[in-house]
Amino acid sequence: MSETDTLRDNRDRGGPAQPLVLAQNLTKHFPIRSGLLNRQTATVHAVDGVSFAVHKGETLGIVGESGCGKSTTARLLIGLIELDDGTIVFDGDALGSAISLRDMRKSVQMVFQDSYASLNPRLTIEETIAFGPKVQGLADPLGRARDLLGKVGLDPNRFAHRYPHELSGGQRQRVNIARALAMSPRLVILDEAVSALDKSVEAQVLNLLCDLKDEFGLTYVFISHDLNVVRFISDRVLVMYLGEVVEVGPVEAIYGKQAHPYTASLFSAMPSMDPDNRTMEPPLSGDPPNPVNPPSGCRFHTRCRFAEDVCSGAKPALATFGNHPDHLAACHMHDPASGHSLAGAEASA
Amino acid sequence: MTDTPLLEISDLNVRFDGERTVHAINGLNLSLGQGEMLGLLGESGSGKSVTLKALLRLLPPKRTQIDGSIRVNGADIMTLSGRRLSSYRGGEVSMVFQEPALALDPVYTIGDQIAETVMRHRGIGRKAAMEVALDMLMKVRIPSPERRLKNYPHEMSGGMRQRAMIALALSCRPKLLLADEPTTALDATVQIQILLLLRELQREFGMGIIFVTHDIGVAVEISERVAIMYAGNIVEEGSTRDIIRDARHPYTRGLLSANLHNVAKGTRLEAIAGAPPSLETEPVTCQFAPRCPNALPACEKGLPPFFVPGPGRRVACLLENGATAD
Repeated sequence: MSETDTLRDNRDRGGPAQPLVLAQNLTKHFPIRSGLLNRQTATVHAVDGVSFAVHKGETLGIVGESGCGKSTTARLLIGLIELDDGTIVFDGDALGSAISLRDMRKSVQMVFQDSYASLNPRLTIEETIAFGPKVQGLADPLGRARDLLGKVGLDPNRFAHRYPHELSGGQRQRVNIARALAMSPRLVILDEAVSALDKSVEAQVLNLLCDLKDEFGLTYVFISHDLNVVRFISDRVLVMYLGEVVEVGPVEAIYGKQAHPYTASLFSAMPSMDPDNRTMEPPLSGDPPNPVNPPSGCRFHTRCRFAEDVCSGAKPALATFGNHPDHLAACHMHDPASGHSLAGAEASA
Repeated sequence: MTDTPLLEISDLNVRFDGERTVHAINGLNLSLGQGEMLGLLGESGSGKSVTLKALLRLLPPKRTQIDGSIRVNGADIMTLSGRRLSSYRGGEVSMVFQEPALALDPVYTIGDQIAETVMRHRGIGRKAAMEVALDMLMKVRIPSPERRLKNYPHEMSGGMRQRAMIALALSCRPKLLLADEPTTALDATVQIQILLLLRELQREFGMGIIFVTHDIGVAVEISERVAIMYAGNIVEEGSTRDIIRDARHPYTRGLLSANLHNVAKGTRLEAIAGAPPSLETEPVTCQFAPRCPNALPACEKGLPPFFVPGPGRRVACLLENGATAD
């Protein structure tokens, strides 16, 4: 699609060095109301001061347990829920002042986990894909839809007139991907987009996502709980715990050596795939704590093996770890000035 | 007693009639020794959950045609009815489901639910049954069990609910535990805790476990033997070690590579093309042949027999017969 290429060149404002999305201090707290007067009785700290950048053409993987705020972060990015605090800068334009939400949404699209719930059951898949372009007044929406169906591996002659219930899960997720691409987005947010699929179908869809990224020059934010999938698809990985970023870095740096004890626990919770070398000890005990009343200081200190007094007292800041300048972790153990007894030990090792 | 297998399924067929017919299980043979841990692996629609439900006779009788035989400790399950069926369910064989929030009753406390089961099966009083319930909660390592006994399911986290579900299933000391994707809805850090717990309890209680999962990594972590199902039958079976080191069936090999274990970025995934068959007609040929990269003309002509490439193994694939496509 040469048309898309020229379009993209026109839209690229800051050049390759400028991040496509710069999220700063994103914060979202949900009130819990209860009682007769419906007073606010508690607050869910879903996302608390999350900052990150998404570079042009990269895939940023976001991992973490349920309730860590990864989906809320995605919804904040695309403006499905309102920010309590923080700023989003899209290719140099601050959202709200330089670029309106409506304009940004043309460039940012999302694919959700539940392929069936995210399609209108009364529209054929061709109409579903053409809906966005039609509303935005783009030329020949139906032709565009049929073209995209072919691109995601569904023969338009066989599938264009089918309804969502006539498709399998893998096919429906291909339709959702085609719909996301119909607006010629620059950023696609994939929120557990392959998690509900069977493994053999998941591999097909992952191959497809890689092909489409090359063909359309896309940037992905890929949210998943499956570390194998994230490793396969991501350039950089962001690890979240209870609404905060605990570690971020290039995929091979993090998969080589995890800086944060939480990241390390996530990795050792992966099945070993070796019957002679099974996991004998669970890396973490209990479930993730409730984000309603997150622990003080480092939020992981209640489950951390290395926790000391400093961990519950002060919040660690993201700082570089190891040899890679882009590998950051928020842990007192890597800050020699923190007073943690293990601090600095690893820096010299 | 030790030479009677715990479970013997022979030539099981399950067909659902209705708007459209589905041949869910097609001539399944499976046996399980006393105290053995078997992983039953397959994708959605392969018939793994139907197999478990047939074992507990939970399939709706009016819409289901079942034939074949199922024996647990030598006793025929297919003819059980009435009181004998209800004491078999939960007493001899019990089940842990994928979603404990749906499987537990929301209006009774955890303690009441476990105690009710114990009273029904062992015929003991409520006070004694509550003590069994408390003991079970300790066995599944629920912190502060006295307090948790009085909790309703919604007051517990997902991992805690699954522990309570396991306590309920094991409260009458069944000989066979059926686990239907019990860790799929849980976070990885909680999943590994539940897997290790099941491994410990299996050793302690000496029961047999059939662990149904779609995740090959989970099957490897928990089971001694793995059976892979496709289109309503087993296509390959063997010790976990053999399956991981030397998978023979092309479908098993596809599943292993689709697991993406240690796959580096940028490599092309060897995805299995196509989708599983709809099973509207009874299978008469190898059901995997249309998706198989190595299919032979003979694969489309009849059902493949089982070949035995090694001790304790079987593979339903003509490629084992010495003939190769490449």
